[in-house]
Amino acid sequence: MISFLTSFLAAHATIIIYLVKIALLLFIVLTVNAYLTWFERKVVAHMQSRWGPHRVGPHGLLQPAADGLKFLLKEDPTPAGVDKFTYFLAPLMALALALTSIAIIPFGPEPLHIFGRDITLGIADLNIGILALFAITALSVYGVALAGWSSNSKYPLLGGLRSSAQMVSYELALTMSVVGVLLLAGSFNLRDIINAQAHHPERGILGWNIWPQILGFICFFVAAVAETNRVPFDLPEAESELVAGFHTEYASFKFAMFFIAEYTSMITVSCLCTIMFFGGWLSPFPASWTFTYYLPSVILIPAGLWVIWDGIRYETIFGRLVLPGIGTVLTVIGIALAVPQLQFVNAFIQGPFWLLAKIFVFLFVYVWMRGTLPRFRYDQLMSFGWKLLLPLSIANVVITAFAMLIWGPR
Amino acid sequence: MTPQLAIFFVLAAIAVIGALSLILQRHPIHSALSLIVVMIALAGLYLLMGSEFVAAVQIIVYGGAIMVLFVFVIMLLNAGVEERTNVSKLAGIAGIPLAVALLGFLAAAIARSNETAQAGFQSGGLANTKDISTMLFKDFVYPFELTSFLILVAILGAIVLAQRENS
Amino acid sequence: MVPTSYYLILSAVLFGLGVVAFVFKRNVITIFMSIELMLNAVNLAFVAFSQARHQSDGQVFVLFVIVVAAAEAAVGLGIIILTARNRQSLNVERVDLLKL
Repeated sequence: MISFLTSFLAAHATIIIYLVKIALLLFIVLTVNAYLTWFERKVVAHMQSRWGPHRVGPHGLLQPAADGLKFLLKEDPTPAGVDKFTYFLAPLMALALALTSIAIIPFGPEPLHIFGRDITLGIADLNIGILALFAITALSVYGVALAGWSSNSKYPLLGGLRSSAQMVSYELALTMSVVGVLLLAGSFNLRDIINAQAHHPERGILGWNIWPQILGFICFFVAAVAETNRVPFDLPEAESELVAGFHTEYASFKFAMFFIAEYTSMITVSCLCTIMFFGGWLSPFPASWTFTYYLPSVILIPAGLWVIWDGIRYETIFGRLVLPGIGTVLTVIGIALAVPQLQFVNAFIQGPFWLLAKIFVFLFVYVWMRGTLPRFRYDQLMSFGWKLLLPLSIANVVITAFAMLIWGPR
Repeated sequence: MTPQLAIFFVLAAIAVIGALSLILQRHPIHSALSLIVVMIALAGLYLLMGSEFVAAVQIIVYGGAIMVLFVFVIMLLNAGVEERTNVSKLAGIAGIPLAVALLGFLAAAIARSNETAQAGFQSGGLANTKDISTMLFKDFVYPFELTSFLILVAILGAIVLAQRENS
Repeated sequence: MVPTSYYLILSAVLFGLGVVAFVFKRNVITIFMSIELMLNAVNLAFVAFSQARHQSDGQVFVLFVIVVAAAEAAVGLGIIILTARNRQSLNVERVDLLKL
C-alpha cells in the first residue's frame, strides 16, 4: 500500500505539486481576503474614531469567521422573474476569474528546494503574463454586467450598465499605462519585468520602475482602482443611489462570491502595482547592505513583544490566552530568522518578505482611500477616464518611447 | 491519442457546441454568452498552436471589448426573446442546404489538398510575439497605420450616430 | 501534434454555423453576432496556416481582422441602437422600409 502510494506520488509528482500549490494559494488568498475585511473595517473605524469589530474574539479577530458562517447559513432566496442560468453564472464567473488572476503572480525569486524538487513560488509563469492578466480582467466585466441584467430589477440593471461602461472605459487607460513598463522590460513576463528593475543592484530603490514611470504608475493605479470598483470609483454599487448596485438581488453565499471577488481583485492589483512599478521582491536597499537582511527580525520581534504585552492586559480571558500566543509565535519566528544557522531561511524569505510588505502597503492605501475620499459623479467619472487618464497614459507611452530612443534602453 | 489532440477535440467540441447554442438560444444575451464561449475556446486553440499573443488579443479585444459592447447594447435596448415569423422558416429551408453545401465543399477541398504540414508549438512564445511585432511594424506598417485611421473613422461614426438630433 | 486539416475543418464548421445563424436568426443583434462568429472562424484558419508554415503574417492578419471587427461593432451597434429607437423593434423583418 505504502509502496504503491510512493510510486504513485513519484509518477505524478508534477501534477500533485501543482494541485497542492493551487490548494495552498487558494487557502491563503481566501484567508487573506477574510482578514482584509477585518483590516478594512478596523482601519476605517479608527480613521473615524470608532472601534470597529471588537466583540467576536480578541480585537474582533474572529469576526471574519463569524461573517463567513453568516454567509453560509443565511437564507438564499432567488427573486421572481430572474434569468436563472445567468443569475447563477454571474457570481461564479466573477469569483472564478478573480481567483484565476492570482495564479499568474510570482511570489518569490528563488524556487523552494523540498524533497529534491525545485518548487517555484507562483503557479503559472507565462510568457504573456501581463497580457493574460488583462485578458482575465477584461472578462471579469461580464460577472458584473450579467448580474445586473439577470436580476430583473431596475437598480441592479443601472448598476450593471454603469459598471460595464466604467470598466470598459478604464480598461483602455489600464492597458496603455503599463506599455511604458513593458518597453523598459522588453517582456510581458512578470518575472522578467521584476528582473529588469534589478539591472543595477547598487541602486536599490532608485532602480525601480516608479521613477521613470511615475506618470504610468499614477494612471495605472487610478485605472486599477476604477477597474476594481473601489472608492472613489465605486459607482456601480453607490448605496445612496442604487441600493447596492449590481448585487442588490444577491443574498447569502452568492453575495459572498462577489465580495470575495472584489477583495481578491484588490489583492491582484496591489500585486501588479508592486511588481510592475515597485520592484516586486527587490529590496529597496542597495544589494551590498546585507545587514538589511535582519529587517524581518527587527520588525517581527518588537511586534510580537507588543502583541504579548497587549494580550496579557486584555479584558477577556480568551484574549489573554490567544493574543500572547500569537505574540510568542511572531517573536519566535523573528528570533529564528536572526539565528546564523538559519541564514538560508532568512535569505529565502527576503524576496517574499519585501513583496508582501509592498502589497500590504497598497492594500492599506486602498483602505485609506475608502476612509477618505468621496465618490465621483458619473459624468465626472467618464470625462476623467476618457479625457484625462487615457491621453495621459498614451502620452506616457510616447515619452517613454522617445526617452528610450534617445538614451537607449536603461 | 496525444494530449494535444485530446485538448484539441475538447476545445473544438466546446466551440461547436457554443456556435450551435448561439443559433438555438432565443434570447440575445444567451446567444452572446454562447459566442463568448466560442471565442474563449478559440483562444484556447490558439494557445495550443503556440500563438499566445493572438490568444491574449482574442480574449482582450473580442471577449473584453467587442462582446461587452454587444451585451451592453442588448441590456440598453432591453431586447427580449426573439420572435419567430413565417419568413424565418423559409430562410431555414433555404439556409440549411446552403450551409451544408458550403460545409461539404470546404471539407472536400480540405480533404483533397495534400496539406501535410502540422500546426504545432513554436519554441518560445516571446519570439513569436517578437516576430508578429516586427512584421506588424515593418512589413505591414502602412496597413497598420490605415487601421488606426479606420478606428478613428469608426469612433467618429459611432459618435455621430449616437448623438441625438435635437441637441 | 494536431494536423492542420483538423483546424481547417473546425474553421469550416464554425463558418458554416455562422452562415446558418446569419440566415436563421431574426434578431438584428444576433445576426451581427453571427458575422463575428464567421470572422472568428476565418481567424482560426489564418492562425492554423500561419503556424503550419511557420510564418507570422497569418497572425498579423488576425490582428487586422480583429481591428476591423472592433470598428464594425462600434458603427454597427450604433446603427442598431438608432433603428431600434426608431422602429421599436429589433426584428429584421420590421426594418424592411427605407423610410419610416
